[in-house]
Amino acid sequence: MSRLKELFARKPKDILNIYFTAGFPELADTSRIILALDHAGADLLEIGMPYSDPMADGETIQRSGTRALQNGMKLKVLFEQLENIRERSNIPIVLMGYFNQVIQYGEEAFFAACKRVGVDGLILPDLPLEVYAREYQHLYEKYNVESTFLLSPHSDEERIRRVDELSTGFVYMVADASITGGANNISEEQIQYFQRIEKMNLNTPRLIGFGISDHAAFSSACNNAHGAIIGSAFIRQLEKDASDQGIQDFVMAIRGEKVES
Amino acid sequence: MTYSINEEGFYGAFGGAFIPEMLYPNVETLRRNYLDIIQSDSFQEEYQYLLKQYVGRPTPLYFAKRLSSEFDAKIYLKREDLCHTGAHKVNNTIGQILIAQKLGKKRIIAETGAGQHGVATATVCALMGLECIVYMGAVDIERQAPNVARMKMLGAEVRPATSGSQTLKDATNEAIRDWIANPANTHYIIGSVVGPHPYPDMVARLQAIISEEIRWQLKEQTGKETPDMVVACVGGGSNAAGAFYHFLEEESTRLIAVEAAGLGVDTNESAATSVLGSKGIIHGSRTLLMQDEDGQIIEPYSISAGLDYPGIGPLHAHLIESKRAEAISITDKEALDAAFHLSRVEGIIPALETAHAFAALHKMKFNSGDSIVINLSGRGDKDLGTYQKFMK
Repeated sequence: MSRLKELFARKPKDILNIYFTAGFPELADTSRIILALDHAGADLLEIGMPYSDPMADGETIQRSGTRALQNGMKLKVLFEQLENIRERSNIPIVLMGYFNQVIQYGEEAFFAACKRVGVDGLILPDLPLEVYAREYQHLYEKYNVESTFLLSPHSDEERIRRVDELSTGFVYMVADASITGGANNISEEQIQYFQRIEKMNLNTPRLIGFGISDHAAFSSACNNAHGAIIGSAFIRQLEKDASDQGIQDFVMAIRGEKVES
Repeated sequence: MTYSINEEGFYGAFGGAFIPEMLYPNVETLRRNYLDIIQSDSFQEEYQYLLKQYVGRPTPLYFAKRLSSEFDAKIYLKREDLCHTGAHKVNNTIGQILIAQKLGKKRIIAETGAGQHGVATATVCALMGLECIVYMGAVDIERQAPNVARMKMLGAEVRPATSGSQTLKDATNEAIRDWIANPANTHYIIGSVVGPHPYPDMVARLQAIISEEIRWQLKEQTGKETPDMVVACVGGGSNAAGAFYHFLEEESTRLIAVEAAGLGVDTNESAATSVLGSKGIIHGSRTLLMQDEDGQIIEPYSISAGLDYPGIGPLHAHLIESKRAEAISITDKEALDAAFHLSRVEGIIPALETAHAFAALHKMKFNSGDSIVINLSGRGDKDLGTYQKFMK
């Protein structure tokens, strides 16, 4: 069983997935942050592959990506940084980035590198479902990389079923139809959307992301799905304080545990 | 070989819709409806009326006598510079605003580089009484102040794109983000034959009026069915798509796509995508683009803000790769020289973008007496500041 599948089997609720950008704030921070988040009690990590034109990300994540690229982050460097990570941590890791990065790296080489270093899943928001099914699904399967596709509040039922069918890791439910790092509060309308999807009994676990930035939003998302993804809020934390202690405190605050002062 | 788009939105290997799910419902709605709307009588009636009475079409096809004798050819200029707002861009915005209305959208967003598409969008929004927000790179806002003032006077809000290199591609990213955040009430008027399907095909169809007119005007003036060559500058490629459209299947007509070489294709300051680009994805489309080995998009350079886009539309990628079109790159200096020359010999000050197409006359091989149509896509008023710097 893959690390991702094992996680959802073991822990069907309150999954905390933290997103951060590889090579941010400093180039060499990637593996330290993985270990700090694992230690702090995150369940799942989504590592952003910084991109020049991240059209599905908001300003905060783009800013971190720009900095990471200036730091010299490249996919080759990222895979080097992850080379021995599985000796030190067993936390499930998914990579998030843009389809063009995978194409230019070489599709097969990219998936082979994921498998070699122990990456469990991949999120490419601009890889269309149809193209995935026709041209790439076999590569995901060959290299044991789980797929994750996005749902938005405007996705219709047929589309939701298709996303569920093609996602093997988890379904990424976009909390509101805005880019990452938007409003904090979860609205009544959003809860209705979460519940509408919940009633559809999808086969794949659901994580809610976009705009989840504090304990209240996290709890609200967890009540309506298997867990939630926190990205921009964590990037802002890293901008403020990227120390292991800062990371520990952030995770505890999201979980609603008391932070020792 | 076919040059039209297939069912899935591809021209050969290029095109498609590589977009996040948040954009899918909007783009899908557009894809399902654009052809029916464009082909409907009510759309055509309004579109043709506005093109005639508001834009000033048909634009003349002018036989450039002095230029012709200089190059020993018959050179015709398609006068898109005489369109309302000063360039071909308005053909597209008129069409898209009508489509947006039919889809029930109340709010319009657009991206702009040099500001011509922004002005054309602000113009049609004023005409229809719709809210208009134009994203423009903060750097471009600085260097294109007159067009920013025009947009504001027309009632548009100009929002600076401060991410990345703060130019056209970043303005496009910001516009896409806005559309993701406002999916229900907003239509995004893309200004070129770029972006996810159906945009490249939709914009090409709305610009196709250019070649439709060239055909009957040429016939009327010369009795010839088709010219020997059609020449147009290509940034994203909307004026070229419009000028080529009705000649795509006429293999005897050579199509010349003129790109901006900037300081030269062998410098790092260039926008000649067909020379320097490779296959990849930009703004939702699989096409040729300028990128590094990691797939990071490289910021292009040209003296002309309308040509410094790091990709080209998927139609042009297909035309160039299949050798249906020939690509020529023109440096800043060659374009400037051509702009001054055209001003002196024909009394027409072209836009800097358009000047690239004229400079290509020196680089193309053609026979004595060939008929050559150059798409004069825009006028040079907006570039006077640049021209003044180079006046001797």
